[in-house]
Amino acid sequence: MSITILKPGLLTTIQDNGRWGFQHLGINPGGAMDILALQTANTLLLNNKEEAVIEFYFPAPVIQFNHAAFIALSGADFDASINGTKLPINQPIYVPENSTLQFNNKINGQVGYLAIQGGLELIEWMNSYSTHLKAAAGGFEGRALKAGDEIQLAVQAPKSSSSKDCSILPWKADTHAFYNHASCWFIPGNEFHLLTDEGKQLFTEAGFSITSQSDRMGYQLNGPSLQLIEPKVMISSAVARGTIQLLPNGQCIILMADHQTTGGYPRIGHIIGAHLAALAQKSIGQVLHFKPTDMATAENLLLMQAQHLHQLKNACNLQLDVYHRH
Amino acid sequence: MQKLNYSIYPIGDSALTIEFGNTIREETNDAVMQLFHQLKKNQVAYIIDIIPAYSSISVIYNTVAIKKSNPNILAFDWMQQQIVKEMELSHVNELNRRQITIPVCYDITLGPDLNEVADYATLSIEEVIALHTAKLYKVYMIGFLPGFPYMATVDEKIQLPRKSQPRTKVPAGSVGIAGAQTGIYPLASPGGWQLIGQTPLKIFDVTLEMPCLLQPGDEVRFESISLEAFHQINKQQQ
Repeated sequence: MSITILKPGLLTTIQDNGRWGFQHLGINPGGAMDILALQTANTLLLNNKEEAVIEFYFPAPVIQFNHAAFIALSGADFDASINGTKLPINQPIYVPENSTLQFNNKINGQVGYLAIQGGLELIEWMNSYSTHLKAAAGGFEGRALKAGDEIQLAVQAPKSSSSKDCSILPWKADTHAFYNHASCWFIPGNEFHLLTDEGKQLFTEAGFSITSQSDRMGYQLNGPSLQLIEPKVMISSAVARGTIQLLPNGQCIILMADHQTTGGYPRIGHIIGAHLAALAQKSIGQVLHFKPTDMATAENLLLMQAQHLHQLKNACNLQLDVYHRH
Repeated sequence: MQKLNYSIYPIGDSALTIEFGNTIREETNDAVMQLFHQLKKNQVAYIIDIIPAYSSISVIYNTVAIKKSNPNILAFDWMQQQIVKEMELSHVNELNRRQITIPVCYDITLGPDLNEVADYATLSIEEVIALHTAKLYKVYMIGFLPGFPYMATVDEKIQLPRKSQPRTKVPAGSVGIAGAQTGIYPLASPGGWQLIGQTPLKIFDVTLEMPCLLQPGDEVRFESISLEAFHQINKQQQ
């Protein structure tokens, strides 16, 4: 039971929910850029919602299924197909053995996920399957996937007697509402009040574009230069995913999945957790707008997202039941 | 636990920081480490990561789980209450004070900024080495890279600021100075610290169950070794 990477794509790695509990050792959590997409793809297959998946950018990988499998795609829509059949995202798919999954166009979003029912057979590093590229550990041999890599699957789907084609199962996840905000909401950071009045106004009114210096560690933004009332010397302390730091040149960086554990730049704000999935799907050149919000709103939105996933799980359970009875 | 003033503020909707001022001081860091051990020992519910730093400690928590069991209160407020409770309860925990000696080869080929540091201090390279090896340093925190120890306090005479133009690649094991701090690069990485030597020890080793040689609270002494010894230990490590 395995899949083989025929073409690796731009950056294809194994990711899960991240490696938690080791930040006091400088080991950053990493994990999927779009945690909601990871959880959605897994939930559609009734996997543990944090099961390891394959994360990819465009150009995306070409993957051969040596055995039959149930899969789900989520996150970006890269116009996937198997043997000529177009595949949707956010819907479970039966893939017969010896089929080839490919992605033809970047239609929507930045980072895609492939979950496989039953999960992947890999070795954990420090309680996580996420690939830590800098430490060259975790995931598949601690590195991005290459052509020829063969990844073992934990389970094999039954061979379909009726068809040699893939089939798209009749239930789906609707995550639309979580990806379509006009602006990124943030909780003001501890140094927000140190911005000049003009800086505060610019931050919430101007647009900030994502530059090509952006990667899994963070998004470097290009916008109007923001100034502090007076320079602030800060001693390093912990930072988190979504933290917006002000660099000495007046530009901002938003910390993403592979951010360092600590940092010493002023913190303008923190993107709320419920908006991190949408942020992960932004491409280079896209313009971000920031809007302040409060803790109660941020927490409630995060809870709603979790409840949505829970409902999806119940619905999938029910659907699977019906499916098996037919 | 010694009572120090502190402030608590959010660093997102799933993390908060307890800050005991904005200084590099041993007493402050001792308070940080006390709280770190206290939170670890008592396993406060819903905390998924604890990050001690020079003068602050941050916790990452599971907001959704807290809200599910405490629907009428902000998860942030709930977590803040738990931490304040721990701080009030806090007994003096026996702090880990491991002493570790780290061999360093202060050869110009491995410490390319040795001359610059010597010029800055108007000292000979031998005197710079003597100053760097004379002190017992405390690991105040680990950050930046897996296993990167931030240690202090470097002798005032050799407190050179970071390089204005960071190097794009610093070899693993490089020992550097940045102001009052000294550190060791556990992995090859870009970096701006003034490099004065290199240790043949693996500061970070993914093959080990505990991949980091140093932990917050450790005390470190550097021992000067020859280039031959450096290569010999290096070979043994392969």
